Amino acid sequence: MTTENEVVVHAHRDDVGARMGMWLFLLSEFLLFGGLFLMYSIYRYNHQHDFHIAAEGMNIFLGTANTIILLTSSLTMALAITAMQKGNKILSLVLQIVTFLFGLAFLVNKFFEWSAEFKEGNYPGSPILTAKPSGQILYYGLYYTMVGLHGVHVIVGMTIIAFMIRFTIKGIINKDDYVKLENAGLYWHLVDIIWIFLFPLFYLIT
Amino acid sequence: MSNSSIALDGNGKLPSYLIDQGKRKGLLAWLLSTDHKRIAILYMIGVLSFFAVGVSLGFIIRLELLTPQGTIIDAQAYNEIFTLHGVIMIFIVVIPAIPAIFGNFFLPIMIGAKDVAFPRLNLLSWYLYIIGGTMILLSMVLPGGAADTGWTFYIPYSVRTGTNMIFTLSAVFVLGFSSILTGMNFLTTIHRLRAPGMGWFKMPLFTWSLYATGWIQLLATPIVGITLLLVIIERVFGVGLFDPTLGGDPILFQHMFWMYSHPAVYIIIVPAMGVISEIIPVFAHRTIFGYKFIAYSSIAIAVFGSMVWAHHMFAVGLSNNAEFIFSLLTFLVAIPSAIKVFNWTATLYKGSIELEAPMLYALAFIFLFSIGGLTGIIQGALNVDIYLTDTYFIVGHIHYVIFGGTGMALFAALHYWLPKMFGRMYNKKVAKVAFWHIFVGFNILYFPFLIMGWLGMPRRSYHYLPKFQIYHIIATVGSWILVAGLLIMFINLLRSLRTGEIVTENNIWGGESLEWKVQTPPIAENFEEIPEVTAAPYEYKDNDEPVLEKEEVN
Amino acid sequence: MDDNKTTHIKHTPGYGIYILVWLALVTLTALTATVAGISFGKFSIAVALVIAMIKSYLVLSEFMHLKFEMKAFRIFVLVAILFFLLLIVLLFQNYSYY
Repeated sequence: MTTENEVVVHAHRDDVGARMGMWLFLLSEFLLFGGLFLMYSIYRYNHQHDFHIAAEGMNIFLGTANTIILLTSSLTMALAITAMQKGNKILSLVLQIVTFLFGLAFLVNKFFEWSAEFKEGNYPGSPILTAKPSGQILYYGLYYTMVGLHGVHVIVGMTIIAFMIRFTIKGIINKDDYVKLENAGLYWHLVDIIWIFLFPLFYLIT
Repeated sequence: MSNSSIALDGNGKLPSYLIDQGKRKGLLAWLLSTDHKRIAILYMIGVLSFFAVGVSLGFIIRLELLTPQGTIIDAQAYNEIFTLHGVIMIFIVVIPAIPAIFGNFFLPIMIGAKDVAFPRLNLLSWYLYIIGGTMILLSMVLPGGAADTGWTFYIPYSVRTGTNMIFTLSAVFVLGFSSILTGMNFLTTIHRLRAPGMGWFKMPLFTWSLYATGWIQLLATPIVGITLLLVIIERVFGVGLFDPTLGGDPILFQHMFWMYSHPAVYIIIVPAMGVISEIIPVFAHRTIFGYKFIAYSSIAIAVFGSMVWAHHMFAVGLSNNAEFIFSLLTFLVAIPSAIKVFNWTATLYKGSIELEAPMLYALAFIFLFSIGGLTGIIQGALNVDIYLTDTYFIVGHIHYVIFGGTGMALFAALHYWLPKMFGRMYNKKVAKVAFWHIFVGFNILYFPFLIMGWLGMPRRSYHYLPKFQIYHIIATVGSWILVAGLLIMFINLLRSLRTGEIVTENNIWGGESLEWKVQTPPIAENFEEIPEVTAAPYEYKDNDEPVLEKEEVN
Repeated sequence: MDDNKTTHIKHTPGYGIYILVWLALVTLTALTATVAGISFGKFSIAVALVIAMIKSYLVLSEFMHLKFEMKAFRIFVLVAILFFLLLIVLLFQNYSYY
């Protein structure tokens, strides 16, 4: 029950517990994508040649660029936490904003990439795609689903960072209490890790 | 900790959690409460209401099956009703029931904590649960009709059917999210909030069961989440992953579906076993036999249970090697469950057994779950399973393990813990009358399933051959006795909340775990002071020594 | 019980280690892109996955501070990975016919 009108009981603060909760949640996110990776592995095993053909249409430059963008955003996120630990509020704020912008850059690249694909007729349900061999249809199905779901998580991550920026400005996140920022960082790093696997599996199939 | 502003009641005791003590009063004080005990009650209302819906659907199915041809509903309605019956009973009743009601209420108290690790997430879990459940109810009335695919949602039909699949699948997704958050919450709670001295092996076995269950909830649920999400995506965008005409593999769907849904049955049964492990020692007045074995077996069930999913698919044409492996693992996964049954039985041996209502249900659990478990092992044999797949034998198995198992444990838990939660005792004689109706009705209803399944009666079948009618009639009569028993039981319990004898002693039944040391009903913060734990939770006298005196309940 | 308020980091790390990790990650990315042009036949996917795993390990251990956290955290991650591996191995059993 809520006890707002009483003397505040000594607030139970458990930073390790807070991080533990986030780590456990991330494990469930890992299994969520894991299901898709399972399907990818079976479909690719059964359609190895078609996956190779379809992957040739991918824009390796944009894919690599996006990988570097996300890796760098992970760096800035980690640095933002270190800055907060050292009490450097402004630097932390700047780094958080940069992280957010990197996320935005990733999404912008994705938008251009998908626009190009759509123009070529490679979208679910299109006559061009439906006429292709089933292995290639499955490749694109997995591509849009996995990269799309990942994109949703990038948006969620950016939203969380936006909240952290606000909390930092207001001083809710500060040198002595920054577990929220750490948890936001954990989420963002998971988004990075998923892309680390998506990149070679979709863009670098020889 | 300051309680100075809380008024003591007439007996000089702190007020119970049932009294509004904060800013909010009335309904909002419950709907916005982050107190794990209030959230548990909210879950109880939800679960039992949905249970009533699920029972009603089952009741209708049984009426329809009185005759071999159509009786009271048409075939389409029949398909929707058995689908809803499965979806509601599995996702909305038996998966959440024991963890969300009794786990929420008693886990923190049992480990000496004031609440779970994340109280606000706990409330969110409840809201997600209610949203998911309501969506399922709505799916019954929205245009398009409720899902008619069976609760297993197999493709391609779930992609092609014109019924409210997107709505239904979204509801299940939301319910899954609720389950994931609860699992995460309980795991963190057990790791971080145990009282000083409460080592892992001083925890009650119910806590161990919640720990094992939490891992399954956390890791397995996302897999069905993404699988069902993909069916929605398939219906909307036609990506082809689950469309056979575009290359999608229906067998792959089944793999993904059962990768969760088999471990899900362990989410269903492991907490129930935890309840039984609590009740048996108390009413046999004996220390539980093999505490560590029972604790470890919960973990073993979680581990082995994730390796057997394809035993739901023996008839689809898997590779010989795969079928061999899964059959072998299926036999192995029965072992930890059997260990528990043997340990409970050993606990009863030379005990001073008291046949109160909780104990009756616990004993029924052991009996009925054993039948269900044995029928499960039979299905693990490949050649037999080819014959039994999709017959009523499977339906009988399901209901013996889930209803005879978790259902009985749920009723046991209600009779064991409700007096603690509300400070009211139900009518014990009526409780026993209800029990016997339920037990007898249950067996008259479900045993014929095993027989007619063996004789070839297919499941999910609207029409059937006349030779099965006699079994269906017997089963339907059994369902009436069972429902009568359920009504008697629930009315008895509900009435007790208002007019039952008031219970004030802390230790109502003579239990040794921490919930029996706190106030009845517990105060808002559970403990006036966090206890320092020194003893293990089941310190009864053994064989040769005198049995502990139990406090008399007036 | 430990003091819940102190973070796991007994020393505050400098910024430098993160830059180094980032350099390693970028290098590995360049490596994986280059290697993709070379055909290793069946091993191509294995090489790509191994590099991805090394990168993930760096992110988990350094950026996410897993190496500084309680042992329990590392066990949790291992449990999830093992569970996933179990699923993939058993799933493949069903799809390779011999």
